[in-house]
Amino acid sequence: MPSIHLDNLVKRYGEVEVLHGIELEMADNEFTVLVGPSGCGKSTTLRMIAGLETVSDREIWVGGEPVSHLEPKERDLAMVFQDYALYPHMNVAQNISFALRLQRRPKPEIDQKVREVADMVGLTEFLHRKPGALSGGQRQRVAMARALAKDSGIFLFDEPLSNLDAKLRGQMRAELALMSQRVEKNMIYVTHDQIEAMTLADRIVVMHGGYIQQQGSPEDLFKRPVNKFVAGFLGSPPMNFLDGEIEERDGRAFVVGDGFALALEGEAAASAKGHSDRQVTLGIRPSDLRHDADAPPEAALSLDVMVSEYIGSQSVLLCECGGAKVMVEMNSENRVGLGQTLNFAVSGRGIHLFDRKSEAAIH
Amino acid sequence: MADAALTTSSSSTARQAQRNRALSLNRLTPYMFMAPAVFIMAIALLYPLGYMVWGSFRDWDPSQTIGEAEFVGLKNYITLWGDPNFRESLWVTLKFAFFVVTFEMVIGVGLALLLDRNIRGMSALRTMFILPMMIAPVVVGLMWRYMYHPTVGTFNRTLDGLGLPTVDWLGQHALMSVIIADIWQWTPFIFILALAALQSLPRSALEAARIDGATAWQQIWYIKLPLMLPVLIVTGLLRLIDAFKVLEVILVMTEGGPGLSTEILALRISRTATEFRELGVAAAMSNYLLLLLLALTMGMFAFTRWQEARAARVRMAAEEDS
Repeated sequence: MPSIHLDNLVKRYGEVEVLHGIELEMADNEFTVLVGPSGCGKSTTLRMIAGLETVSDREIWVGGEPVSHLEPKERDLAMVFQDYALYPHMNVAQNISFALRLQRRPKPEIDQKVREVADMVGLTEFLHRKPGALSGGQRQRVAMARALAKDSGIFLFDEPLSNLDAKLRGQMRAELALMSQRVEKNMIYVTHDQIEAMTLADRIVVMHGGYIQQQGSPEDLFKRPVNKFVAGFLGSPPMNFLDGEIEERDGRAFVVGDGFALALEGEAAASAKGHSDRQVTLGIRPSDLRHDADAPPEAALSLDVMVSEYIGSQSVLLCECGGAKVMVEMNSENRVGLGQTLNFAVSGRGIHLFDRKSEAAIH
Repeated sequence: MADAALTTSSSSTARQAQRNRALSLNRLTPYMFMAPAVFIMAIALLYPLGYMVWGSFRDWDPSQTIGEAEFVGLKNYITLWGDPNFRESLWVTLKFAFFVVTFEMVIGVGLALLLDRNIRGMSALRTMFILPMMIAPVVVGLMWRYMYHPTVGTFNRTLDGLGLPTVDWLGQHALMSVIIADIWQWTPFIFILALAALQSLPRSALEAARIDGATAWQQIWYIKLPLMLPVLIVTGLLRLIDAFKVLEVILVMTEGGPGLSTEILALRISRTATEFRELGVAAAMSNYLLLLLLALTMGMFAFTRWQEARAARVRMAAEEDS
């Protein structure tokens, strides 16, 4: 299966530049997820790989060959669309076999392939139905089967699950993960849903405003975000941000803000001391705050509980620290009264510092 | 205690009666709103229609009132069947309608497929294409009659200038010339409807077809045309119904001649009534035409109803599954 290289891709619509140089390397059999908010350019990037959008500048390389001048059909790829894009006048079997019939493959081979992929996605009993007579989840499966039948090296997904309801989406996500292990293809998946990105990806590429913000394994991006945008985009509930300043007291580095003064340890202390600007943003994930009444003030936040959202075994507390809102995850067995002030220990690894102006992480 | 119960129940019966009256009044409301329209329809549509049907059973000269005309039963209808001129006229009409609709469909849909893209100036081009449809039929007839003129007409002068033999447009090839003029005028109608149908096709299905490896022709043949088909069928039927009723353009261009070569039914009806002074026969002929068009219209309605029923069945099946 070919590797894909996007060489500083640029896309312009008239005067407006929407992609400002996308540099990306996708290896064999890799599941790459492009994720970002609406309008970040992720779908445009995918459609350029597919050949549905022209490349304004630079080149796409597939298996070492430039492809940006090729028609979609010459690029050896299959694609699953957000609205499934099924052919409404053809039944399921005809939808699945369309590409093969265009290639004039022998009929027994086509029938065999249709049965094989229909079996794979669980559509065998619906082969003679038209798409209009299928539910959303079944249509999604047809789209998947149609892409699988093509046997292409590259598999593109454009937000394939976002038209499904929450329960079905979870189910299909799991099936997709299973499928991606079984078929050896180079998969590129676009979504705005960070949970899909985290669960499916070998590699996540976070995009924002037509730029790649960061790429790497899900764990990498979750633990070591390069800037405030990536930190806030991945993880649910999202990371808390508090404004603060770096101060040195008795040789130790502290980040001090409205209602807190946290001591920095190890590497964080060293890089904070070395950073030129004192103005920083402190980031702490809700899961890195642990209720501990006895934690010392230099390693804890004291929070006023405003709202408690019960979501089963966990509850999410919306609290206030100084003027800022802070979210905390907590075991639901601890009953918390609203208006209570609680002490939460912050683990040293849970502290992320960002430059307040550039929003880049301070490492 | 019992008294109290009695009063309540009697007052409740009174209230019930009042409610019933209000209800029945409510039920009448829609009919009351429809009444003016029904009244106008009856006068403007049913009365003349009935008059025509009634007249078609009589041997009726324009100098007589309908009451004075002799009742002849189905004689007009029967003689018409045996009348070679009527048969010729019907045949000309069928030929005209067939060629006109076929060519207009092919050219109109073809143009729509060609012009369904975003190029600079396309909207101006589209507007120009639909201009012929906006010109009054009499004007179209005069214009083409001039262009077809054997010596000073545009076509023959051009042919002559190029050193080619001239064509006897409105003589030997009258039917073809009339058909060309109609195609010129009414292709835009098919064009705009086909274009609208094309632009409402699901974009992503076409993109999927491109990725599946369909060439431009294959996209048209396997995806676009099948998806446009319902619109095209209705459009074609509308045009067919219209083609059977065409009158002005041909009247101005050829007056049905030479001989009977371009005498379509509408023209024959008008001549029967005015020149031959046989109102009863003209009425009978109109009724034949009416029956033909009625059958076509019913066919069109049946088609759309069949389609809706199928769509509903498909939806039901989908809901049962999910």
